[in-house]
Parts: sequence; structure tokens; C-alpha cells
Amino acid sequence: MLLLSALISGFGLGSMYGLMALGFTMTYAVSGTVNFAQGSSMMLGAVLCFTFAQTLGWPMWLAVLLALAACALYGVLVEVLAVRPFARQGSNAWLMSTVALGIVLDNLVLHTFGKEPRNLPSPLALSPIELGGVGLGVYPLQLLIPVVGLVLAALLHTVLRRTRWGKALLAVVQNRDAARLMGIPITRAIAVAFAISTLLAGVAGVLIAPLFNVNADMGTLFGLKAFAVAILGGITSAWGVMIAGLLFGMAEALVTATLGSGYTQMISFGLVIVVLAVRPNGLFGRAQVNKV
Amino acid sequence: MIRFTRRTLIAVAAATVAATLSPLALAADTIKIGLVTALSGQSAQAGEALTRGMSIAIDEINAKGGLLGGRKLELVRRDDEGNPAKGVVAARELIFKEKVAVLFGGLDTPVSMAIVPIINQEKVPFVGPWAAGTGVTKNGANPNFAFRVSAVDELVDKAMLNYAQKTFKSSKAGLILVNNPWGESNEKGITAALAEKGMKPVGVEKFEASDVDLVPQLSRLKAAGADTLFLVGNVGPSAQVVKSLDRMGWKVPVVSHWGPAGGRFTELAGPNAKNVHFVQTFSFFGKLSPVGEKVVAELKAKYPAIKGPDDITPAVGVANAYDGMQLAALAITKAGSTNGDAVREGFYKIDRYDGLIKSYVKPFSPGMQDALQADDYVWAQFIDNRILPVGLNQ
Repeated sequence: MLLLSALISGFGLGSMYGLMALGFTMTYAVSGTVNFAQGSSMMLGAVLCFTFAQTLGWPMWLAVLLALAACALYGVLVEVLAVRPFARQGSNAWLMSTVALGIVLDNLVLHTFGKEPRNLPSPLALSPIELGGVGLGVYPLQLLIPVVGLVLAALLHTVLRRTRWGKALLAVVQNRDAARLMGIPITRAIAVAFAISTLLAGVAGVLIAPLFNVNADMGTLFGLKAFAVAILGGITSAWGVMIAGLLFGMAEALVTATLGSGYTQMISFGLVIVVLAVRPNGLFGRAQVNKV
Repeated sequence: MIRFTRRTLIAVAAATVAATLSPLALAADTIKIGLVTALSGQSAQAGEALTRGMSIAIDEINAKGGLLGGRKLELVRRDDEGNPAKGVVAARELIFKEKVAVLFGGLDTPVSMAIVPIINQEKVPFVGPWAAGTGVTKNGANPNFAFRVSAVDELVDKAMLNYAQKTFKSSKAGLILVNNPWGESNEKGITAALAEKGMKPVGVEKFEASDVDLVPQLSRLKAAGADTLFLVGNVGPSAQVVKSLDRMGWKVPVVSHWGPAGGRFTELAGPNAKNVHFVQTFSFFGKLSPVGEKVVAELKAKYPAIKGPDDITPAVGVANAYDGMQLAALAITKAGSTNGDAVREGFYKIDRYDGLIKSYVKPFSPGMQDALQADDYVWAQFIDNRILPVGLNQ
């Protein structure tokens, strides 16, 4: 009973981690770089959705679409400002600059949106559905999130591995020069990958907003956990990352339910280290071969 | 056409200098009262509430001719942005440059904890009108220059238990606390309050400020048989507690520290927000004392945006600051000077003050630096977007 309700709650949270971690997969697969501040991208989605739907009173579908479009645009901005100038010189400074850009965004939102947490109401998070017996209520939205997560993972997997366009994207990371010679517009390809990456974080933000409180630092811990999940799943595998997200979320909830909340962070992050020690490329990752 | 001769120019210049100088000459005679609090960002409204409470008290005192034979009071404010380092800089400036007679603090315990060692060293009396951390007044200094007119964590913990036992016949306490020093200090406080009555919490659970789902923690407390929840956390996570309870379908009384009062609790937590009973020091709703009526009238006159008790928010900030300022003025009068040590002694010499929150009788004595006690707290709940005393709506 206790465990079942923890599992349900962990499944919902885990799929959100997975969704954000897919963003890491996306850019890593194409360019070998990531936007470390995925948490800020998620926050941007939630804050913009709130602003459009609540403050300006626009219809929800429009608010969601505009928020996601803005997230995608922000992704391009991240790539152009914080990744491209460094990656081009073979420097790893994008590690720091993406974090920095995220902090800038967090503070920008702090000053414009305000520090006060707000709530984005949703008909899907109004009254809980009883799942057999007492005390197992979940909001419909909590069931929708894993569905969206799994569908997006499947979509991403299919597009990257099966379509011409996806294969072109993957070719970029294998050999930049060869890809360029084959006529693949690599600059644009990488920018598109970043746009999709922040778009995915935006989807997570919009989905989680009604369950959570919308404010400027809502994404920080989420982004961190999502990165742990991405590494855990083996960052290159879309399925792996999504499954790792679910496992991480459920592990968190189970630890909390059985041992108590004091141990949650210690044990769940400890597990990540143990898994990586046993499988250095993550649960579902493939070893990278360096050809000399 | 008027022609300026050299003489008129000199005369005009002299008059201008005299005009600019004279307020300065007067200003030297004022008694400066400092306020270091958050005036921007999330807590700007709280800082404004403190300003309003103090300003109303200062206007009253000045209208009666000021203190110490006609010296007017002057409020000097500085923004600490809720940041201890900035609070220390601001406090130093007010002490050394502005030479304030009494320094008031803001709502963040960490900021007050950083300022208190300075005021004790520099012998400047400090009045805390908000921050509830026990260590602000129980700071180990002797002599102790820190006074407070607000709730105190360790007393709130006792009061929460008394209220829960009286209102909900609680016997099995489940603690659900934010995982930070504030939660930690209240865990100690509530456990100690329970121990005094020979009781133990049936469960203690922590949450992170960014936790989305608290069902696992709350399920443990439910399984442990808790019949009342003791909640300590800011408005955001407190709302997550309510929503998680909602999902579990667990209707359990929740007695809370004043975290929910710090934001849009009803918007965040939904209709069940009203089930959380939390501590306050004062409410402007309901029947007011003559002092209450007078303060509301003065607030309305000074701030036209205030139409009624709805607009006096946060109420605790206004009320604590008003009474704190009046008590500080009495201490200065008793001291007969603005000398820091004399004013500190002056606080102990206050016999009686019929204030906004209550009638204070000998509010301070060495070792008792807090004017408000556990019996002085009021219990409130959110009804729509208003903080109403519990029971007023029924």
C-alpha cells in the first residue's frame, strides 16, 4: 500500500527527469556538447506558460505553443552564445558558459516574474483519481506525464535512427568534416539539436507547472537530477535515458517511503555512483571507441 | 527688466545656503531609528509592512512633540535583500555613519543572526520585529542588546503543541519539516515541547524546498498513526504538503508555523489551504481594541491604498513594528538619552504599555528579551486570499 503509492508517485516524477534528460541526449548525440542549465530551460517553459495563460489570460493551447516556441528559440540562443564560440575552438568552456547563461536566465526571471511562487491551474490537476482503495489518489496529469515522456522518447529514437534527417544529425558527431563534405549543414544541425533539447525541457516545465509552484529556481534541482539520469541511462540512448529516469524517480520514492526522507538524496545519488562504477557507460550506453 | 547687482546675488546666495543648512541643523536634533530589512524582491512587501508600522508609531510620537524634550524621531531604512552580508554592511553604515539610536531588523533570521554580534559589540539596542529564530535574542551575549517583538521559534513550537492538543485533541504528532536550519531548529523545539509532556513524535519527515510530491513522506506519517501534522516550511512546499494530502485523501489536522502566511497560499494549495492552521502575532480582522481602531484609521489616512484590513498585509509586520517602535520610544524616554547602554536599561524599566498586540506589563527583563509569549499568538487560516483568525469565518 505504502510502496504502491510511492511507486506511482515516483513513476510520474521519474518520467519528468527522463523527459529533461532526453534533452541532453539530443545535443550530445549531435554535437558532443550539452546545455548544463536544462533546469533553467524547464523553468522558462513553466514561467512563460504561466505568464501567457494567467497574467495575459490567453487560451491555454496558445500559451503552451508560444511557451514551447520561445523555449526552442532560447535553445538556439544558448547554442549561438554559450556553446558555438567555445566548441569551435575545441575548448570545453561551454561546460561553464551554459551554466552561466542559465544563471543569467534565472536572475532575469527573478527580476521580471518576481520571487513569489505562483500556481498554474490545470483541469488535469484539480481533483485526484482514486486508484483502488484509499490513499492512492493521483492527478490525471501525473498519469499523462509518463505517456508524453515515453511517446517523445519513441519519437526521438525513431527520428534519429530511422529518418534521413536524423541520420544526418548523428553523422555530424561522428565526423564533422566528412559530414560537411556530404552536404550536411552542420552549423544548422547543431542549432536545431539545441532547439529540440530546450523544447523537451520546456515540455517538462509546462507539464510539471500545475503540480508544482512556478518560480525562478524551480528547475535547479530538477536539472541536476536530469543530468544524473542522463549519465545513468548512458547519454546516447533515448530509451535508456527515459528508463533511467523512471528508475531514478521510483528509487527516490521507494527510499523515502521505506527508510525516510533523510536518506533520499544520499541513497539515490549513491546508487548513481554505484551503477556508474559497474557500468561506466551507463545502464544502456555503448562504449565509445576512439580510433587512433 | 530686473538687473541683479552683486549685492542681491550675494544676498540670494546667502539665503540659499541658509535655507539648505537649516534643515541640516534641525536634523542633527532628530533621533534616528534604523531599519535593515528586505525592501526589494520577494520580501519587498514585508519590508514595506515594517516601514508602515514604524512610520505610524513615529508619526504619533512626533505629533506629541517627540522624545527627550522635543527631539523628533526619523526613520532611516536600508535594503538587505535578504542577504546576511548586505545586512551587515547596512547595519554598520546605520550604526557608524547615521548613528542610529535603535536599530530594527527584518524578517530573515540569518540576516538578524549576522547583525546581532555587531550591535552587541557596538552597544546599539536592536529590536527584531519579525525574524523568529530563537538565537536572535538568546545569543549568549551579556549584556544583551537584542530585543524582539515577534514570534520566537521555541515558543511557537510550544504554542503549536498546545493549540493542537486543545483544538484537535492531538496525541500522535507527525512532524513534516523543511530540510534546512529552520526546520532543524523547529524539530528540536517541537520534540522538546512534546518531551515536556512526556510525549514523542510518531514520525519526523523532511522535505526539500523543491520537492514536487510529498506523498511518500506523508504516507510514512500516516502509517505511523499520526493524528496531527506539525508543519514547518515556506509557502511553496507547504502548499505541496496540502496538495499531497489532497491526493492521498487524508484529512488530518495541520498545525503550522507561519510559513503559509508568506505568499499566495490559497492559489498554490487549492481549496484545502484553509485546513492549515498557522501561527500569527496579530490580525486586523474582527473586533479591534481602541489602539487597533486608531492604528487602522492612521494607516488609512497615511496610505490611501489601504481601504480595510484586507490591505494591511502582512499584518504581523505592521503590528510587530508598531509595537516595537512604541516600546523603543518608551525605552529612550526611560533612559533619558540615546546612549546605547542607557536605552538597553530603559527597555527593562518599561512598566506598562497598552499596545496594538496586547497590554505589555514589564515586557522585558534581563534574560527575557522577548516581549511576546506563547499565549500572545493568534491562530489563523487562509479563507480565499485573506488571513483570518481561526473561527472568524464560521
